[in-house]
Amino acid sequence: MTLALVFEQLLNGVQLGVMLFLLAAGLTLVLGIMNMVNLAHGALYMVGAYFAITVSQWSGSYLLGAAAALVGTLVVGMLVEVIALRTLYQRDHLDQVLATFGLILFFNELMAILFGRFALFASLPSYLQGHIELFAGIRYPLYRAVVIIVGLLTAIILWYVVTRTRLGMLIRAGASNRTMVAALGINIRLLYTVVFGFGAALAGLAGLMAGQIYTVQPGMGELILIQVFVVIVIGGIGSIRGALVGALIVGVVDTLGRAFLKPMLGAILPPIAADTAAPALASMLIYLLMALVLALKPAGLFPARG
Amino acid sequence: MLLEVRQLSKSFGALRATDRVDLDVEDGETLAIIGPNGAGKTTLIGQLAGNLRPDAGAIRFAGENITRLPAPRRARKGFARSFQITSVFPEFTALENVALAIQAHQGSSFRFWRPAMRDPALMDPARDFLRQVGLESRAHAFAANLSHGEHRQLEVAMALAGRPRLLLLDEPMAGMGIDESLRMIELLRTLKRRQAMILVEHDMDAVFRLADRIAVLVYGRVIATGSPEEIRTNAEVKKAYLGEDA
Amino acid sequence: MRNAVFWAIAIAALAALPPVAQALGQGFYIDLVRRIMIFAIAAVSLNLILGYGGMVSFGHAAYLGVGGYAVAIFAFYGVNSGPLQWAVAIGASALVALAIGAVSIRTSGLYFIMITLAFTQMLYYLGISIEEYGGDDGIRLKSRSQFPLLDLNDGVQFYYVILVLLLGCVYLVHRIVNSRFGMALRAAKSNEARALAIGFSPYRYRLTAFVIAGAMGGLSGALLVNHTNFLTPDYMHWTRSGEIMFMVILGGMGTSVGPVLGSFALLLLEDILANWRDPRWIGEHWQVILGPLLVLAVIFFRRGLAGLFQKNDAS
Repeated sequence: MTLALVFEQLLNGVQLGVMLFLLAAGLTLVLGIMNMVNLAHGALYMVGAYFAITVSQWSGSYLLGAAAALVGTLVVGMLVEVIALRTLYQRDHLDQVLATFGLILFFNELMAILFGRFALFASLPSYLQGHIELFAGIRYPLYRAVVIIVGLLTAIILWYVVTRTRLGMLIRAGASNRTMVAALGINIRLLYTVVFGFGAALAGLAGLMAGQIYTVQPGMGELILIQVFVVIVIGGIGSIRGALVGALIVGVVDTLGRAFLKPMLGAILPPIAADTAAPALASMLIYLLMALVLALKPAGLFPARG
Repeated sequence: MLLEVRQLSKSFGALRATDRVDLDVEDGETLAIIGPNGAGKTTLIGQLAGNLRPDAGAIRFAGENITRLPAPRRARKGFARSFQITSVFPEFTALENVALAIQAHQGSSFRFWRPAMRDPALMDPARDFLRQVGLESRAHAFAANLSHGEHRQLEVAMALAGRPRLLLLDEPMAGMGIDESLRMIELLRTLKRRQAMILVEHDMDAVFRLADRIAVLVYGRVIATGSPEEIRTNAEVKKAYLGEDA
Repeated sequence: MRNAVFWAIAIAALAALPPVAQALGQGFYIDLVRRIMIFAIAAVSLNLILGYGGMVSFGHAAYLGVGGYAVAIFAFYGVNSGPLQWAVAIGASALVALAIGAVSIRTSGLYFIMITLAFTQMLYYLGISIEEYGGDDGIRLKSRSQFPLLDLNDGVQFYYVILVLLLGCVYLVHRIVNSRFGMALRAAKSNEARALAIGFSPYRYRLTAFVIAGAMGGLSGALLVNHTNFLTPDYMHWTRSGEIMFMVILGGMGTSVGPVLGSFALLLLEDILANWRDPRWIGEHWQVILGPLLVLAVIFFRRGLAGLFQKNDAS
């Protein structure tokens, strides 16, 4: 367990955290402002990944694929909102959960029809391959570093939009008191569609970046969605700051746990016990963390609603 | 002294919704709390009923400090309330609504087998309470289908079903026409003798007919307490309601 | 009265199915309906907490998994005693429900949904990571549970066992929801503020209902693993919970016939779609049709199938 290894895993944790943040930000906004549980958010992430892979393979340009993913998910997201989700804003959470669950089935199977059930693998363009040198001779994959930077940049842009622009003010107001914002004469429908599209694009960004690190296949959205929910519960519904803090915590805890729990347990338990307990415990770690946070702060760390 | 409220305070940010309120209610007494809109009556009720935590002060009920006790525990100690905006169980019949209140009071709800709504220990008293408030003809109507006035009567029946020592009524006259109001006032008059009541109301007719004492709440503070006659002639009260040149 | 008629017909039809199917040479229907009835038990248990209790628990499939794995693990070590296996299956599920419920039920609304989802996923990952019992390849049931006087290897006997258990569970839930306990639970769902004001503390009733539902889910899991002879952590995946929820909603929440109607409707529909020959792609990708159907069902068909029979929620 060298310092280099720990630091590398720490960075991996931040990278996972950044991806979780991109997904969590969109989802928590939709939850906070429209009070809607959207299980299909992971499907948008998947759509982004598929757009990126297919367009970049067809056109030969990674950047074109990335652009297609962003635009594609934005459009798909807004279409889904207008066609299927508008009626759900008035309904209770149960209806929303079930309807968006139906959407998941649809999207997963659609991808399977179009692209098959097997994992697709994307290749990196040469300018994104290789490693960069950090300090003390520690090397880190360039691509992952780029992901971290893009994610943090997005966080900063998001922070700027939410705290310094009029749109952001509407978003924050809507997150803490939806009825009031509607009563003030703001075109709520448009605001909702914009917010939803925004969130979809963020999911698409996460998806397009994910293709190189995780496998692209039907159902990939659901694998990460639950972790996103954990992030939101820990961070607080409706809060972007909470989403960032929660995402980084979850990303780091999960990654470090998976990497180091076995050797750590191996130091105090007999090897067979450590071998069985470690993977199980590592995968449960973030849920235990969530339970702990909830026990102390039932509304999450930074709840947007008073 | 059945209920003692001392120095009760609650603020929302810079807004003092409840400002060092003192109140007393004796057994069998009816205290009315009146005040202009925005006086903080809802916040005060919330703290009395156990839905809001006061920032400071104490509430003693039958000698016991209930300041931090949650609402269901207060109900089980004999503190019943009705809601300003009708709040009943809409999918259940009027009879079942009252039966539920009786069941909650009796406390033995961990029974899993026998049908509750055929249990005479619940049904008989339920019918009785409905009769007391004049709703026996609507016993089998779904609560969602009752008229507004009937809802209010049902709420009173449910409050009584808990055999309370203190009944907290939050604007029982709200939304009622003249006939319905008179009937409700009559009903409340018959109930007066049996338990203490705190009546929060805007309807001055009801207040002056029912109250033994009145407390006037303005901007979260009690500016006057006394008999109806005293309050009627109090200059401070007149000013609060009617402005400076009353 | 409509209820009584429905049940009379249902019981008669289900009881008559095996001999009729065998006479017609369509033995696989016995298998199919057996599977549907097992999920109907799961739906009945979820209906208790969801339909009557108002708790949107997305983690119900976990209890099927716990129950199924309890039986499979016992069999793995050569312990095939049905009464022991099933007792542990039910008990273990109840305990897991108690643990998850104790934490989750303190929250409500969005948080409750997400937390139950998260905890189920946690169990799913636990199942995957224990290599000893198959990991994500799953575990084979070495031999079906053994009971004195009964042979579960006989498909028809097993069918009737499940039928009796299903009817038993339906009746049990029926008694529970009309008892004092059930009324308190339903009152808390109907109007929580009112329930608090008259003196009910919802937490204790909800947690108890949650445990009962979990235990019944465990029974369903024990039956399931005996039926399929095989179990993977997939059975605990939250999308399975979604399917069970759909059965409850489609059939009609908070009714006694609902979960049974819903499970038959959904699973028969899935079966029909999955076996569609012309065009072939429907058979292979039936979820692309089922998905939108479910969305439409939620948007337009909220009261469920039972709503076609009855006008109110009287059980």
